[in-house]
Amino acid sequence: MAINADAVLIAVQRFGLGAGPGELAAVARDPRGWAVAGATRAPDAPPGEATDAQEAVALFLERRETVGRQARERTQMEGGGMGAPRSEPPPRPRNAAERGFTAPGEVVERDLLARVSLATTTQAPLAERLVLHWSDHFTASTASGFVGYFAGAFERDAIRTHLQGRFADMLTAAVLHPAMLFYLDNNNSVGPGSPQGQRSRGRRGLNENLGREVLELHTLGVDGGYTQDDVIAMAKVLTGWSVDIAPVARDPQRIGFRPEVHEPGPKTVLGKTYPQDGPEQAMAVLRDLARHPSTARHAARRLVRHMIGHGQPALEARMAEVFRRTDGDLAAVHRALVADADAWGPPRKVRPPIELVFAAARLLGRPPPAPPPVRALRAMGQPFWQAPVPKGWPDGDEAWAAPDALKTRLDWSGEVAGRMAAGTDARALLTAAFGPAASAETRRTIERAADARQALTLLLMSPEFQRR
Amino acid sequence: MIHPFARRAVLAGLGTLFAWAHMPRLADAAGRDPRLLVVILRGGLDGLGLIQPIGDPDYAALRPQDAAGGTRLDEMFALNAAMPNLLAMLRAREALALHAVATQYRGRSHFDGQDVLETALPSVTTGVRSGWLNRALEAMPRGARLPAPKGLAVAPVVPAIMQGRAPVETWQPQTFRYSDDDLIARLLDLYEARDPKLAESLRAGAALDHLMQEVPPGAPRERVPGRPDFVTEAAAAARIMARPDGPRIAAMGFNGWDTHAQQGTNRGVLYTRLGALDDALGALRSGLGPVWGDTVVAVITEFGRTARLNGTNGTDHGTATAALLLGGPVRGGRVLADWPGLAVGSLHEGRDLRPTMDLRAVLAGVLVEHLGLPERAIADTFPNERALRPMTGLIGRA
Repeated sequence: MAINADAVLIAVQRFGLGAGPGELAAVARDPRGWAVAGATRAPDAPPGEATDAQEAVALFLERRETVGRQARERTQMEGGGMGAPRSEPPPRPRNAAERGFTAPGEVVERDLLARVSLATTTQAPLAERLVLHWSDHFTASTASGFVGYFAGAFERDAIRTHLQGRFADMLTAAVLHPAMLFYLDNNNSVGPGSPQGQRSRGRRGLNENLGREVLELHTLGVDGGYTQDDVIAMAKVLTGWSVDIAPVARDPQRIGFRPEVHEPGPKTVLGKTYPQDGPEQAMAVLRDLARHPSTARHAARRLVRHMIGHGQPALEARMAEVFRRTDGDLAAVHRALVADADAWGPPRKVRPPIELVFAAARLLGRPPPAPPPVRALRAMGQPFWQAPVPKGWPDGDEAWAAPDALKTRLDWSGEVAGRMAAGTDARALLTAAFGPAASAETRRTIERAADARQALTLLLMSPEFQRR
Repeated sequence: MIHPFARRAVLAGLGTLFAWAHMPRLADAAGRDPRLLVVILRGGLDGLGLIQPIGDPDYAALRPQDAAGGTRLDEMFALNAAMPNLLAMLRAREALALHAVATQYRGRSHFDGQDVLETALPSVTTGVRSGWLNRALEAMPRGARLPAPKGLAVAPVVPAIMQGRAPVETWQPQTFRYSDDDLIARLLDLYEARDPKLAESLRAGAALDHLMQEVPPGAPRERVPGRPDFVTEAAAAARIMARPDGPRIAAMGFNGWDTHAQQGTNRGVLYTRLGALDDALGALRSGLGPVWGDTVVAVITEFGRTARLNGTNGTDHGTATAALLLGGPVRGGRVLADWPGLAVGSLHEGRDLRPTMDLRAVLAGVLVEHLGLPERAIADTFPNERALRPMTGLIGRA
């Protein structure tokens, strides 16, 4: 019984987003079966209208146009003179109407709210965890400005669509997506031998950023056996994949492959020469990278460390083997991971803030009315889709338990509880969240709490809720 | 419900158990215990508006508004009038200004410019990248039994300059209402029983909050309308760093230096920002008071701005700019520059102040002379095709 209770808790915490109302009882019948079934499920779609990549380009262009026009108007108003300024700059706009355009942050906030809402009720919570993982594996961070317009489309079209499909398809969709092309500067990368490179006489050139990250982060891993020459060749292979942001587009679609900046000719990556020219070249190289043994090892390692924890080399090796054997069938890898006995060890990782926000909303049956998730995630150190580096968020088992961050979690939990405690019974929620697996100390702490708000705060901060 | 034992425990903890899970002293046998805070001004500081080259015959034509109004420092330079605290530190020889400095970056993108400033890597962004301050942390000399020093970033996430292998903690101003002590005590009891790692972390976090809630010394600050508040974070950084067991290496950033329009040096946006920066420098000076003699504050930015004002009385992205070193150990009271001149022919690409001093050499000089970084570690901290020579004579009171 006790063993089963622990497995139930691991199932909902590690292979879900924590228990929603009534969920624990359903899981308790067969926790492993529940998790294995969830491992291959496709994710549900976040509610509401999502911005697609074409709309994102339109928002980007509209913003640039408006900012330019406003600057010109100000210049005319000032007479363009060198005299003392006649007026201070206009006050900071508070919303899209005052600003005259939609800011990237507004798009991201809407996307986040849709995902919190989805996490609250989805019947495929493990798929949402896997979406978080693969979105981190292919980080396209909105920390660099305009990526925010494209991030929702990226997560849907590159990650969700291919979540249970082939790694090669996810890789291709992610690397060639406008969000990634902007984030890792492929948009500015010009083949020196391309028509545009020749015309620019050396003023525009190759940007290695995306080429490097594809090898180092997306596929082979830093120890995966590539050289600087491979990085340069990869960057040349990728030239041409871009978003046309010229005021007057050559192609009304604007997104895709532009031959005039593609470095012509065959390229050699990892010792293999690719004779294709044009868009097919990147496709071919990415297909081969996806089935490279280093990629299997690197992708499996990151998956295990994110989903389960560090220090499990045998589990990592088994997952790499499944990845390799199935030619990167992600559903097969996910299923094998959840079915592996080593994946069911005691909780070790402190939940990242985004999972904490999801899990709290799920347990409470609705997203807390406040604090706004955008603000909560920033305060807890994980602003949404805004990882500081292409490598993604820190993933150590205790990475999210630093003093200031943990104390901020407590303060956040207190605010959530302040708004949600009325009408909830923390003791009932304790049973709903952990069942018989709750420790005696956690149970006693909540039962003896001074009031309903304190009880709920302590429940949200309990080790059972914080770790998975 | 009364919870006396736990409450007493937590209060005692606030007094004695505060610790950054590390003992970061860099102290050497001579008893020095140096600290370094790097302040990044994001957006590209107009160095010509901060340290004004009034002695340059071409300055008045380029910046008619600024030709008078600053406070004269020497034959060549004046300090923007918005900075009384900095002026006092310059006069007390605790501040050193450097002019016509730049990193190796010669483009005009904020993103790339800050990347180069913070990583100090030869090209923009590599995959598993690290910041120069983190690499310096790793290379820092330490006593036989002292673990690796830990850095502090006053920011929601670790900024590029502090990313890397050496551990870094972050602190940012409080977003939510503080939890009460009773709640903290109960949760600590639970963690003590079930999860000692979370207990240790929560105790340190709560103690840090208490430190931050104490009323800072001195009179309450008056807020100047329209002036951004840089003081809160500066005062916080100072308080954490001034702790005997606080971090020795820290970084923070102030935004908003991208003054494309109406910068009106002696009024306008830049004036307001410089005033806010001056408040922050003053808060650092007083907050770090007891350890000021061991502290260097470096104020740097990704690039400067065009020499000429543009059509909207602002300046566009440029190249060389000014930087500041403050602190007790600094050989201050002067402006250090190999002045390139502002004649059209002297300007970089006909528009920007031309760089004559490598900012990396300045920073490397601080690391070597102040923190005692071994010179051989400079090649890793500031990798460069030709070995970078750290500047000398920046640190050490004459």
